[in-house]
Amino acid sequence: MAQWSGYLELILQGALVTLQLTVLGTVVALIMAFLGGLGRLSRHWWIRWLATGYIEFFRGTSIFVQLFWAYFVLPLFGIPLSPLQAGVLALGLNVGAYGAEVVRGAIQSVPKEQYEACTALNLTGWQRMRHVILPQAFVLMLPTFGNNAIELLKGTAVVSLISLSDMTFQAQVVRAQTGETALPFLTILLLYFVFSTAISTAIRGLERHLARGLDGTRS
Amino acid sequence: MDWDWVFAAEIIPTLLDGVVITIQATLLGSAVAMVVGMFFAILRRSRNVFVSKPVGFFIDFVRGTPLLVQLYFLFYILPDIGILLSPLVAGVIGLGLHYGTYTSEVYRAGIDNVPSGQWEAAKAANLTMPQTWCHVILPQAIPPMIPVLANYIVSMFKETPLLAAITVLELMNQARSLANFHYRYLEPMTLVGVFFLIISVFSVVLLRWLENRFKRVG
Repeated sequence: MAQWSGYLELILQGALVTLQLTVLGTVVALIMAFLGGLGRLSRHWWIRWLATGYIEFFRGTSIFVQLFWAYFVLPLFGIPLSPLQAGVLALGLNVGAYGAEVVRGAIQSVPKEQYEACTALNLTGWQRMRHVILPQAFVLMLPTFGNNAIELLKGTAVVSLISLSDMTFQAQVVRAQTGETALPFLTILLLYFVFSTAISTAIRGLERHLARGLDGTRS
Repeated sequence: MDWDWVFAAEIIPTLLDGVVITIQATLLGSAVAMVVGMFFAILRRSRNVFVSKPVGFFIDFVRGTPLLVQLYFLFYILPDIGILLSPLVAGVIGLGLHYGTYTSEVYRAGIDNVPSGQWEAAKAANLTMPQTWCHVILPQAIPPMIPVLANYIVSMFKETPLLAAITVLELMNQARSLANFHYRYLEPMTLVGVFFLIISVFSVVLLRWLENRFKRVG
Protein backbone atom coordinates (compact mmCIF):
# COMPACT_ATOMS: atom_id res chain seq x y z
CA MET A 1 0.00 0.00 0.00
CA ALA A 2 2.99 2.30 0.61
CA GLN A 3 3.87 2.45 -3.09
CA TRP A 4 0.29 3.09 -4.03
CA SER A 5 0.75 6.84 -3.56
CA GLY A 6 3.48 6.76 -6.19
CA TYR A 7 1.23 4.93 -8.60
CA LEU A 8 -1.58 7.33 -7.82
CA GLU A 9 0.73 10.17 -8.82
CA LEU A 10 1.32 8.41 -12.14
CA ILE A 11 -2.42 8.19 -12.70
CA LEU A 12 -2.89 11.84 -11.78
CA GLN A 13 -0.24 12.80 -14.32
CA GLY A 14 -2.33 10.89 -16.85
CA ALA A 15 -5.41 12.75 -15.65
CA LEU A 16 -3.65 15.99 -16.55
CA VAL A 17 -3.05 14.74 -20.10
CA THR A 18 -6.69 13.66 -20.32
CA LEU A 19 -7.82 17.13 -19.20
CA GLN A 20 -5.48 18.79 -21.67
CA LEU A 21 -6.83 16.65 -24.51
CA THR A 22 -10.41 17.31 -23.48
CA VAL A 23 -9.95 21.09 -23.30
CA LEU A 24 -7.97 21.41 -26.55
CA GLY A 25 -10.27 18.96 -28.33
CA THR A 26 -13.34 20.88 -27.18
CA VAL A 27 -11.87 24.14 -28.51
CA VAL A 28 -11.24 22.57 -31.93
CA ALA A 29 -14.67 20.93 -31.85
CA LEU A 30 -16.41 24.23 -31.03
CA ILE A 31 -14.68 26.04 -33.89
CA MET A 32 -15.45 23.21 -36.33
CA ALA A 33 -19.04 22.97 -35.11
CA PHE A 34 -19.68 26.63 -35.88
CA LEU A 35 -17.81 26.53 -39.18
CA GLY A 36 -19.65 23.37 -40.24
CA GLY A 37 -23.04 24.41 -38.92
CA LEU A 38 -22.94 27.89 -40.44
CA GLY A 39 -21.40 26.44 -43.59
CA ARG A 40 -24.40 24.18 -44.10
CA LEU A 41 -26.66 27.23 -43.97
CA SER A 42 -24.53 29.23 -46.39
CA ARG A 43 -25.96 30.89 -49.48
CA HIS A 44 -23.17 29.49 -51.66
CA TRP A 45 -23.68 25.92 -52.80
CA TRP A 46 -20.00 25.01 -52.71
CA ILE A 47 -19.68 26.01 -49.05
CA ARG A 48 -22.79 23.96 -48.27
CA TRP A 49 -21.28 21.00 -50.12
CA LEU A 50 -17.97 21.32 -48.33
CA ALA A 51 -19.67 21.48 -44.93
CA THR A 52 -21.95 18.53 -45.71
CA GLY A 53 -18.98 16.51 -46.91
CA TYR A 54 -17.05 17.25 -43.74
CA ILE A 55 -19.99 16.38 -41.47
CA GLU A 56 -20.97 13.17 -43.25
CA PHE A 57 -17.40 11.93 -43.51
CA PHE A 58 -16.54 12.43 -39.87
CA ARG A 59 -19.86 11.12 -38.61
CA GLY A 60 -19.80 8.18 -40.97
CA THR A 61 -16.40 6.76 -40.11
CA SER A 62 -15.45 5.86 -36.62
CA ILE A 63 -13.28 8.02 -34.35
CA PHE A 64 -10.74 5.20 -34.07
CA VAL A 65 -10.27 4.94 -37.78
CA GLN A 66 -9.81 8.72 -37.94
CA LEU A 67 -7.34 8.67 -35.07
CA PHE A 68 -5.27 5.85 -36.53
CA TRP A 69 -5.40 7.45 -39.92
CA ALA A 70 -4.20 10.78 -38.51
CA TYR A 71 -1.42 9.11 -36.58
CA PHE A 72 -0.19 6.49 -39.04
CA VAL A 73 -1.15 7.70 -42.51
CA LEU A 74 -0.77 11.49 -42.40
CA PRO A 75 3.01 11.24 -41.72
CA LEU A 76 3.29 9.37 -45.04
CA PHE A 77 2.00 12.51 -46.75
CA GLY A 78 4.62 14.57 -44.99
CA ILE A 79 2.44 15.71 -42.10
CA PRO A 80 4.01 14.17 -39.01
CA LEU A 81 1.83 14.63 -35.95
CA SER A 82 2.70 14.01 -32.33
CA PRO A 83 0.26 11.69 -30.54
CA LEU A 84 -1.19 14.71 -28.73
CA GLN A 85 -1.69 16.64 -31.98
CA ALA A 86 -3.24 13.63 -33.70
CA GLY A 87 -5.52 13.09 -30.71
CA VAL A 88 -6.67 16.70 -30.51
CA LEU A 89 -7.18 16.86 -34.28
CA ALA A 90 -9.15 13.60 -34.56
CA LEU A 91 -11.28 14.20 -31.46
CA GLY A 92 -11.92 17.84 -32.37
CA LEU A 93 -12.87 17.12 -35.97
CA ASN A 94 -15.03 14.14 -35.03
CA VAL A 95 -16.99 15.80 -32.23
CA GLY A 96 -17.09 19.03 -34.25
CA ALA A 97 -19.00 17.19 -36.99
CA TYR A 98 -21.65 16.12 -34.46
CA GLY A 99 -21.67 19.66 -33.04
CA ALA A 100 -22.18 21.17 -36.50
CA GLU A 101 -25.59 19.48 -36.79
CA VAL A 102 -26.49 20.88 -33.37
CA VAL A 103 -25.51 24.39 -34.46
CA ARG A 104 -27.54 24.06 -37.65
CA GLY A 105 -30.59 22.72 -35.82
CA ALA A 106 -30.46 25.43 -33.15
CA ILE A 107 -30.08 28.25 -35.67
CA GLN A 108 -32.92 26.91 -37.78
CA SER A 109 -35.18 26.70 -34.74
CA VAL A 110 -34.97 30.44 -34.13
CA PRO A 111 -38.40 31.72 -35.26
CA LYS A 112 -38.65 33.37 -38.67
CA GLU A 113 -40.07 36.58 -37.17
CA GLN A 114 -36.69 37.23 -35.59
CA TYR A 115 -35.10 37.34 -39.03
CA GLU A 116 -37.85 39.58 -40.36
CA ALA A 117 -37.45 41.93 -37.40
CA CYS A 118 -33.72 42.14 -38.19
CA THR A 119 -34.46 43.08 -41.79
CA ALA A 120 -36.94 45.66 -40.56
CA LEU A 121 -34.28 47.13 -38.27
CA ASN A 122 -31.84 47.23 -41.18
CA LEU A 123 -29.23 45.10 -39.41
CA THR A 124 -26.37 43.70 -41.48
CA GLY A 125 -25.97 39.94 -41.80
CA TRP A 126 -23.20 39.88 -39.22
CA GLN A 127 -25.12 42.04 -36.73
CA ARG A 128 -28.15 39.82 -37.13
CA MET A 129 -26.13 36.68 -36.37
CA ARG A 130 -24.12 38.21 -33.54
CA HIS A 131 -26.80 40.09 -31.63
CA VAL A 132 -30.08 38.38 -32.43
CA ILE A 133 -29.81 34.83 -33.74
CA LEU A 134 -26.81 33.39 -31.91
CA PRO A 135 -27.72 34.58 -28.39
CA GLN A 136 -31.02 32.74 -28.75
CA ALA A 137 -29.66 29.72 -30.57
CA PHE A 138 -26.67 29.24 -28.27
CA VAL A 139 -28.87 28.50 -25.26
CA LEU A 140 -30.55 25.76 -27.29
CA MET A 141 -27.18 24.29 -28.29
CA LEU A 142 -25.77 24.15 -24.77
CA PRO A 143 -27.32 20.94 -23.41
CA THR A 144 -26.28 18.94 -26.48
CA PHE A 145 -22.86 20.58 -26.46
CA GLY A 146 -22.50 19.36 -22.87
CA ASN A 147 -23.27 15.81 -23.98
CA ASN A 148 -20.81 16.16 -26.84
CA ALA A 149 -18.10 17.37 -24.47
CA ILE A 150 -18.68 14.30 -22.32
CA GLU A 151 -18.47 12.11 -25.42
CA LEU A 152 -15.16 13.81 -26.20
CA LEU A 153 -13.89 13.19 -22.68
CA LYS A 154 -14.77 9.52 -23.08
CA GLY A 155 -13.15 9.49 -26.51
CA THR A 156 -9.82 10.61 -25.02
CA ALA A 157 -9.39 7.13 -23.56
CA VAL A 158 -8.83 5.89 -27.10
CA VAL A 159 -5.67 7.94 -27.58
CA SER A 160 -3.97 5.62 -25.10
CA LEU A 161 -3.92 3.19 -28.05
CA ILE A 162 -1.62 5.52 -29.99
CA SER A 163 0.77 5.59 -27.02
CA LEU A 164 -0.24 8.93 -25.54
CA SER A 165 0.17 8.64 -21.77
CA ASP A 166 -3.32 9.66 -20.71
CA MET A 167 -5.19 8.30 -17.70
CA THR A 168 -6.11 5.00 -19.34
CA PHE A 169 -2.55 4.47 -20.54
CA GLN A 170 -1.16 5.14 -17.05
CA ALA A 171 -3.64 2.70 -15.54
CA GLN A 172 -2.31 0.07 -17.93
CA VAL A 173 1.25 0.93 -16.85
CA VAL A 174 0.30 0.51 -13.21
CA ARG A 175 -1.41 -2.76 -14.05
CA ALA A 176 1.70 -4.01 -15.83
CA GLN A 177 3.98 -3.00 -12.98
CA THR A 178 1.93 -4.18 -10.01
CA GLY A 179 -0.26 -6.90 -11.43
CA GLU A 180 -3.07 -5.11 -9.64
CA THR A 181 -6.11 -4.64 -11.88
CA ALA A 182 -9.07 -3.58 -9.79
CA LEU A 183 -7.50 -0.62 -8.01
CA PRO A 184 -6.07 1.35 -10.96
CA PHE A 185 -9.10 0.78 -13.15
CA LEU A 186 -11.58 1.65 -10.44
CA THR A 187 -9.58 4.79 -9.69
CA ILE A 188 -9.66 6.02 -13.27
CA LEU A 189 -13.31 5.07 -13.72
CA LEU A 190 -14.06 7.24 -10.71
CA LEU A 191 -11.91 10.10 -12.03
CA TYR A 192 -13.64 9.96 -15.43
CA PHE A 193 -16.99 10.03 -13.68
CA VAL A 194 -15.93 13.07 -11.62
CA PHE A 195 -14.83 14.86 -14.81
CA SER A 196 -18.03 14.14 -16.69
CA THR A 197 -20.14 15.18 -13.71
CA ALA A 198 -18.14 18.41 -13.54
CA ILE A 199 -18.80 19.07 -17.24
CA SER A 200 -22.53 18.48 -16.98
CA THR A 201 -22.80 20.61 -13.82
CA ALA A 202 -20.85 23.46 -15.44
CA ILE A 203 -23.00 23.35 -18.57
CA ARG A 204 -26.18 23.39 -16.56
CA GLY A 205 -24.93 26.43 -14.64
CA LEU A 206 -23.96 28.20 -17.85
CA GLU A 207 -27.34 27.39 -19.35
CA ARG A 208 -29.16 28.96 -16.41
CA HIS A 209 -26.90 32.00 -16.66
CA LEU A 210 -27.41 32.52 -20.38
CA ALA A 211 -31.13 31.80 -20.36
CA ARG A 212 -31.75 34.85 -18.17
CA GLY A 213 -33.58 37.57 -20.04
CA LEU A 214 -34.62 35.25 -22.86
CA ASP A 215 -37.97 34.31 -21.34
CA GLY A 216 -40.04 36.41 -23.72
CA THR A 217 -38.36 35.16 -26.88
CA ARG A 218 -38.92 31.45 -26.44
CA SER A 219 -42.23 30.14 -27.52
CA MET B 1 3.79 7.02 -50.52
CA ASP B 2 1.83 5.61 -53.43
CA TRP B 3 -1.33 3.62 -53.27
CA ASP B 4 -0.63 -0.03 -54.19
CA TRP B 5 -3.68 -1.68 -55.78
CA VAL B 6 -2.18 -5.16 -55.76
CA PHE B 7 -1.46 -4.99 -52.06
CA ALA B 8 -4.93 -3.57 -51.43
CA ALA B 9 -6.57 -6.44 -53.32
CA GLU B 10 -4.40 -8.91 -51.46
CA ILE B 11 -5.50 -7.80 -48.01
CA ILE B 12 -9.21 -7.42 -48.71
CA PRO B 13 -10.12 -11.07 -47.89
CA THR B 14 -8.45 -10.80 -44.47
CA LEU B 15 -10.18 -7.51 -43.82
CA LEU B 16 -13.51 -9.07 -44.76
CA ASP B 17 -12.94 -11.69 -42.04
CA GLY B 18 -12.67 -8.76 -39.68
CA VAL B 19 -15.88 -7.23 -41.05
CA VAL B 20 -17.74 -10.43 -40.18
CA ILE B 21 -16.53 -10.29 -36.55
CA THR B 22 -17.35 -6.58 -36.41
CA ILE B 23 -20.91 -7.20 -37.57
CA GLN B 24 -21.31 -10.14 -35.19
CA ALA B 25 -20.17 -8.03 -32.27
CA THR B 26 -22.52 -5.23 -33.30
CA LEU B 27 -25.57 -7.49 -33.63
CA LEU B 28 -24.94 -9.39 -30.40
CA GLY B 29 -24.10 -6.18 -28.57
CA SER B 30 -27.32 -4.56 -29.77
CA ALA B 31 -29.36 -7.55 -28.66
CA VAL B 32 -27.86 -7.22 -25.17
CA ALA B 33 -28.35 -3.44 -25.19
CA MET B 34 -32.02 -3.72 -26.19
CA VAL B 35 -32.85 -6.15 -23.39
CA VAL B 36 -30.65 -4.56 -20.72
CA GLY B 37 -31.90 -1.08 -21.62
CA MET B 38 -35.50 -2.13 -21.13
CA PHE B 39 -34.77 -3.58 -17.69
CA PHE B 40 -32.82 -0.47 -16.70
CA ALA B 41 -35.73 1.72 -17.77
CA ILE B 42 -38.29 -0.35 -15.89
CA LEU B 43 -36.14 -0.65 -12.75
CA ARG B 44 -35.43 3.06 -12.74
CA ARG B 45 -39.15 3.74 -12.65
CA SER B 46 -39.57 1.45 -9.66
CA ARG B 47 -41.34 3.03 -6.71
CA ASN B 48 -38.85 1.35 -4.38
CA VAL B 49 -36.10 3.96 -3.79
CA PHE B 50 -33.57 1.23 -3.00
CA VAL B 51 -34.01 -0.06 -6.53
CA SER B 52 -34.47 3.13 -8.55
CA LYS B 53 -31.63 5.17 -6.98
CA PRO B 54 -28.81 2.61 -7.37
CA VAL B 55 -29.95 1.79 -10.90
CA GLY B 56 -30.03 5.50 -11.73
CA PHE B 57 -26.54 5.98 -10.34
CA PHE B 58 -25.22 2.96 -12.21
CA ILE B 59 -26.64 4.32 -15.47
CA ASP B 60 -25.08 7.75 -14.92
CA PHE B 61 -21.78 6.16 -13.98
CA VAL B 62 -21.58 3.94 -17.05
CA ARG B 63 -22.60 6.83 -19.32
CA GLY B 64 -19.99 9.10 -17.79
CA THR B 65 -17.00 6.81 -18.21
CA PRO B 66 -15.22 5.58 -21.35
CA LEU B 67 -16.24 2.30 -22.93
CA LEU B 68 -12.57 1.38 -23.40
CA VAL B 69 -11.91 1.47 -19.66
CA GLN B 70 -15.06 -0.53 -19.01
CA LEU B 71 -13.89 -3.14 -21.49
CA TYR B 72 -10.50 -3.38 -19.77
CA PHE B 73 -12.32 -3.68 -16.48
CA LEU B 74 -14.44 -6.58 -17.73
CA PHE B 75 -11.59 -8.26 -19.52
CA TYR B 76 -8.96 -8.05 -16.79
CA ILE B 77 -10.94 -8.11 -13.58
CA LEU B 78 -13.60 -10.74 -14.13
CA PRO B 79 -10.96 -13.51 -14.50
CA ASP B 80 -9.63 -12.45 -11.07
CA ILE B 81 -12.93 -13.38 -9.49
CA GLY B 82 -13.12 -16.62 -11.43
CA ILE B 83 -15.21 -15.65 -14.45
CA LEU B 84 -13.33 -16.48 -17.63
CA LEU B 85 -14.76 -14.84 -20.73
CA SER B 86 -13.57 -15.04 -24.30
CA PRO B 87 -12.56 -11.61 -25.63
CA LEU B 88 -15.59 -11.46 -27.91
CA VAL B 89 -18.02 -12.31 -25.09
CA ALA B 90 -16.43 -9.72 -22.80
CA GLY B 91 -16.65 -7.21 -25.63
CA VAL B 92 -20.29 -7.98 -26.34
CA ILE B 93 -21.18 -7.63 -22.66
CA GLY B 94 -19.26 -4.36 -22.46
CA LEU B 95 -20.88 -2.92 -25.58
CA GLY B 96 -24.29 -4.15 -24.50
CA LEU B 97 -24.10 -2.69 -20.98
CA HIS B 98 -22.67 0.61 -22.17
CA TYR B 99 -25.30 1.08 -24.86
CA GLY B 100 -27.97 -0.36 -22.58
CA THR B 101 -27.62 2.78 -20.47
CA TYR B 102 -28.28 4.86 -23.57
CA THR B 103 -31.19 2.77 -24.83
CA SER B 104 -32.72 2.88 -21.34
CA GLU B 105 -33.26 6.62 -21.91
CA VAL B 106 -34.97 5.85 -25.21
CA TYR B 107 -37.22 3.31 -23.51
CA ARG B 108 -37.94 5.81 -20.74
CA ALA B 109 -39.05 8.43 -23.25
CA GLY B 110 -41.10 5.84 -25.13
CA ILE B 111 -42.79 4.65 -21.96
CA ASP B 112 -43.49 8.21 -20.82
CA ASN B 113 -45.17 8.83 -24.16
CA VAL B 114 -47.82 6.19 -23.52
CA PRO B 115 -50.89 8.17 -22.37
CA SER B 116 -51.66 7.79 -18.67
CA GLY B 117 -55.17 6.70 -19.63
CA GLN B 118 -53.65 3.40 -20.74
CA TRP B 119 -52.23 2.81 -17.26
CA GLU B 120 -55.58 3.64 -15.70
CA ALA B 121 -57.43 1.38 -18.11
CA ALA B 122 -55.04 -1.47 -17.30
CA LYS B 123 -55.70 -0.91 -13.62
CA ALA B 124 -59.45 -0.78 -14.23
CA ALA B 125 -59.22 -4.06 -16.16
CA ASN B 126 -57.52 -5.52 -13.08
CA LEU B 127 -54.33 -6.48 -14.91
CA THR B 128 -51.29 -7.37 -12.84
CA MET B 129 -48.12 -5.32 -13.20
CA PRO B 130 -46.37 -7.83 -15.55
CA GLN B 131 -49.53 -8.07 -17.65
CA THR B 132 -49.76 -4.28 -17.86
CA TRP B 133 -46.18 -4.03 -19.06
CA CYS B 134 -46.26 -6.92 -21.52
CA HIS B 135 -49.68 -6.47 -23.07
CA VAL B 136 -50.45 -2.76 -22.76
CA ILE B 137 -47.48 -0.47 -22.24
CA LEU B 138 -44.56 -2.03 -24.13
CA PRO B 139 -46.46 -2.93 -27.33
CA GLN B 140 -47.43 0.74 -27.63
CA ALA B 141 -44.13 2.17 -26.45
CA ILE B 142 -41.72 0.16 -28.59
CA PRO B 143 -42.66 0.81 -32.28
CA PRO B 144 -42.05 4.60 -32.16
CA MET B 145 -38.67 3.96 -30.52
CA ILE B 146 -37.37 1.64 -33.23
CA PRO B 147 -35.69 4.31 -35.42
CA VAL B 148 -33.96 5.83 -32.38
CA LEU B 149 -32.79 2.42 -31.19
CA ALA B 150 -31.48 1.68 -34.68
CA ASN B 151 -29.51 4.91 -34.48
CA TYR B 152 -27.73 3.59 -31.41
CA ILE B 153 -26.93 0.37 -33.23
CA VAL B 154 -25.15 2.46 -35.85
CA SER B 155 -23.14 4.29 -33.22
CA MET B 156 -22.31 1.02 -31.51
CA PHE B 157 -21.06 -0.29 -34.83
CA LYS B 158 -18.68 2.65 -34.98
CA GLU B 159 -17.34 1.82 -31.50
CA THR B 160 -16.54 -1.82 -32.24
CA PRO B 161 -12.89 -1.02 -33.12
CA LEU B 162 -12.41 -0.64 -29.36
CA LEU B 163 -12.70 -4.40 -29.10
CA ALA B 164 -9.29 -4.56 -30.75
CA ALA B 165 -7.87 -3.32 -27.44
CA ILE B 166 -9.04 -6.49 -25.73
CA THR B 167 -7.63 -8.66 -28.54
CA VAL B 168 -10.81 -9.36 -30.52
CA LEU B 169 -9.74 -9.85 -34.14
CA GLU B 170 -12.28 -7.48 -35.65
CA LEU B 171 -11.80 -5.25 -38.68
CA MET B 172 -9.52 -2.70 -37.01
CA ASN B 173 -7.32 -5.31 -35.40
CA GLN B 174 -6.96 -7.24 -38.67
CA ALA B 175 -5.95 -4.02 -40.38
CA ARG B 176 -3.44 -3.22 -37.68
CA SER B 177 -1.80 -6.61 -37.77
CA LEU B 178 -1.66 -6.47 -41.58
CA ALA B 179 -0.15 -3.00 -41.39
CA ASN B 180 2.45 -4.06 -38.86
CA PHE B 181 3.29 -7.23 -40.77
CA HIS B 182 3.78 -5.59 -44.16
CA TYR B 183 4.79 -2.25 -42.69
CA ARG B 184 2.32 -0.44 -44.92
CA TYR B 185 -0.27 1.68 -43.17
CA LEU B 186 -1.87 3.59 -46.04
CA GLU B 187 -3.91 0.78 -47.63
CA PRO B 188 -5.16 -1.11 -44.54
CA MET B 189 -6.16 2.04 -42.62
CA THR B 190 -7.80 3.65 -45.63
CA LEU B 191 -9.68 0.47 -46.52
CA VAL B 192 -10.97 0.22 -42.95
CA GLY B 193 -12.28 3.76 -43.34
CA VAL B 194 -13.90 2.83 -46.66
CA PHE B 195 -15.56 -0.27 -45.17
CA PHE B 196 -16.93 1.77 -42.30
CA LEU B 197 -18.21 4.43 -44.66
CA ILE B 198 -19.92 1.86 -46.89
CA ILE B 199 -21.63 0.10 -44.00
CA SER B 200 -22.62 3.44 -42.44
CA VAL B 201 -24.15 4.65 -45.69
CA PHE B 202 -26.16 1.44 -46.00
CA SER B 203 -27.36 1.67 -42.44
CA VAL B 204 -28.42 5.29 -42.96
CA VAL B 205 -30.60 4.13 -45.86
CA LEU B 206 -32.02 1.39 -43.63
CA LEU B 207 -32.64 3.96 -40.88
CA ARG B 208 -34.64 6.21 -43.22
CA TRP B 209 -36.74 3.22 -44.21
CA LEU B 210 -37.35 2.30 -40.56
CA GLU B 211 -38.32 5.88 -39.78
CA ASN B 212 -40.93 5.83 -42.53
CA ARG B 213 -42.14 2.38 -41.63
CA PHE B 214 -42.76 3.19 -37.96
CA LYS B 215 -43.82 6.78 -38.34
CA ARG B 216 -46.51 7.65 -35.87
CA VAL B 217 -49.95 7.96 -37.38
CA GLY B 218 -51.68 11.17 -36.41
